[in-house]
Amino acid sequence: MSESRGGPVTRTAPRPRRTARRTVAASLLAVTALLAAACTTGGATSKADTGADDTTPVTLTFWHGLSSPHEIASVNAVLAKFHKKYPYITVKAVAAQTDDKVNQAIRGGTAPDVASSFNAANVGGWCSSGAFQDLTPDIEADHVDMSQIPKAVQSYTAFGGKRCTMPWLADTFGLYYNKKLFAQAGITSPPKTMSELAADAKKLTTFNADGSIRTAGFMPYLGAYEMLTEHLVPSWGGKWLTADGQSNVGGDPAFAQALTWQKSLVDWFGTKKLVTFKAGMGDEFSAQNAFETGKLAMMVDGEWRNAFIKNDKADIDYGTVAMPAADGKSQLYGAGYVGGNVIGMPRGAEHPGAAWKLIKFLTTDTDALTTLADGIGNVPTTTAALDSPSLSLAKDPHFAPFLEVFKNPLTTTTPASGDGGAYLTNFGHFVEKWQSGGVPDLKAGLAAVDKQNNAALKLGQ
Amino acid sequence: MATQLQLAPAPLRTRVRRNRLRVLLFLAPGLVGFAVFLVYPLVMTVWLSFTNSNMISQAQFVGLRNYRYLLDGDPLIRHAIRNTAWLVVIMVPAQVLFALGVAMVTARLKAGASVFRTLFYLPALAPPVAATVAFVCMFNPNSGPVNRILGLLGIHGPLWFNSPDWSKPALTLLALWGSGTMMVIFLAALLEVPAELYEAAELDGAGPWHRFRYVTLPTISPVVLFATVTGVIAGLQYFTQAMVASQVANGNIQPAPGYPDGSTLTFPQQLYIAGFNQFHAGYACALAVVLFVVAMAFTVVLLRRASGFDIEESPR
Repeated sequence: MSESRGGPVTRTAPRPRRTARRTVAASLLAVTALLAAACTTGGATSKADTGADDTTPVTLTFWHGLSSPHEIASVNAVLAKFHKKYPYITVKAVAAQTDDKVNQAIRGGTAPDVASSFNAANVGGWCSSGAFQDLTPDIEADHVDMSQIPKAVQSYTAFGGKRCTMPWLADTFGLYYNKKLFAQAGITSPPKTMSELAADAKKLTTFNADGSIRTAGFMPYLGAYEMLTEHLVPSWGGKWLTADGQSNVGGDPAFAQALTWQKSLVDWFGTKKLVTFKAGMGDEFSAQNAFETGKLAMMVDGEWRNAFIKNDKADIDYGTVAMPAADGKSQLYGAGYVGGNVIGMPRGAEHPGAAWKLIKFLTTDTDALTTLADGIGNVPTTTAALDSPSLSLAKDPHFAPFLEVFKNPLTTTTPASGDGGAYLTNFGHFVEKWQSGGVPDLKAGLAAVDKQNNAALKLGQ
Repeated sequence: MATQLQLAPAPLRTRVRRNRLRVLLFLAPGLVGFAVFLVYPLVMTVWLSFTNSNMISQAQFVGLRNYRYLLDGDPLIRHAIRNTAWLVVIMVPAQVLFALGVAMVTARLKAGASVFRTLFYLPALAPPVAATVAFVCMFNPNSGPVNRILGLLGIHGPLWFNSPDWSKPALTLLALWGSGTMMVIFLAALLEVPAELYEAAELDGAGPWHRFRYVTLPTISPVVLFATVTGVIAGLQYFTQAMVASQVANGNIQPAPGYPDGSTLTFPQQLYIAGFNQFHAGYACALAVVLFVVAMAFTVVLLRRASGFDIEESPR
């Protein structure tokens, strides 16, 4: 042994060492490659239990974002109906879950069988990354009639040819107005154009002795409650992305027109006064909401506010209408913004067959949709449910305008993008600068946002 | 004979090898931990920064694309860098000076010292989220007590967390309020300064400033260095308070990172948004690599400068 290490073998010693080094290097590379591969989720996508006849008892985990007691009770009521129809499937519902938690669970390989989200902006990222499974094979196998879902709703629940989510009720937006304050200001009907809205807002606004705002006719500051650009630009017919998925905020004059209208109203109030008033408006989803307490005479909001006003027992005489249309665009009156809850099957779902049964039931069963819509005050997402005589909301005059907005063919949405709607985040930062007076050239600023959005869209490709 | 054989010393090489093995065996738990929890994540972060990873599907190598986007594409990264730099340059020194000042005052107290020390330390025990929510409410320009009190004094209070000019100073006030841990460390160091050094300095005619400059500061300089380095690293990683303050001040259920006007958007927040909201994990890793390099550079520079200071100025 010692001989072999000395003498003639010594000359050849460096070679085994080099070989050893190479082996170690190769092993390290292999381990690194393996570990790199380990950084992607390996959730199963097999559908072992998709068979309609498979009645093996199974417990599904279902995460949703609803959190108010009346919302949770409504979801549980619908799930009880599901269990009655499929007694071998038990659903364990977990409330108040956020998209961040869902994403983390998918990455960690502990995803629930079914997950829902309020934020359709994430659909693009989920579909393109495979975080949520493509439901097309199940839809085709069960011959689900997708034509019962309006086109705008179909567009925000799929991306890149993949239908990785289904719509689970929708949100449409309109104008809430305080009838008592309108009467006091001598206004006889709600505004139908943006000029009328601005004029009414000024009439309805009252100030304290120190100049601060006591009652705001309207809150034009973007970012306050649901006063967001996406809820405002449908009044001008703005389209966020071009047909080939490129950013369009600089190319579509609707955005500059909408922002110019908004800024003129901000300037009338005064930015500092508005921000101070905004800071004291009370939590959006509480009984302290400024509209519910009468501090805000008009506001943009979703149809759900009706349920909150009722549950908060707010002492307020109010009405609802579609958002006013921009001057000269009267054809847009009656349309608005639609978004909504989406529901799908995350990658790694343990019981995909039973999970699909739950998704199909929740999104296409008329009774399930109308029960939940009535319970939480959202818009049902199939034509059958919309026209169902059992939909009590349709008889509610406060709610009816939102159903009309939903049905309007000119109603638009924010399209899905592969980067989780980064174009909205970038635009949100831009409008903050805009409304605080930090953008001297609006057109140039919007063109720069287009450039930034397109660069962000390319990043994940 | 058998005993003699057993007691005979093993050949040197064998003993060295055995010793090495033994040492390795003892080091193994530490080495495994080091490899799994430091080397592996670090190597993976660097590797992923050159990919289009979204942490869900298979990543592809994209070269320097993420770094190019950082330099020339990301519209928000300049806000994030500016804000983080502001926090490191203004907030961290303010926090160190404030904690040192409070520690010096409480170190000199003759009566009620423990009560005051407890009072100054208590805020450090408050969870950051709860403390931030409380602070934003206190500084609410419409209904908060701070502006009401300022109003009684005839001062029109600013918009604090709702103003791009005042949001970072407001976060600095929050940091000062919660600097109890740093204060306790300074206090321990100050109480260790030998009293005879002060007596000798006094005999030599040194006033309060000279006693601080030539006795206190050199003696506690290692603690000042520790507080500064950890403060800078914490400043570079500043996240929770900025995230919570922006959302609470905006009052909208949607997250509002950077509200108002991007003034509270920090580098780690932008990293989080890219990686966890926008499915750009590869880009987030590139940001993490940059953050790591900057933190390392700050630490090296501070340690080098401080070691020179310590050798020249230390009375020992």
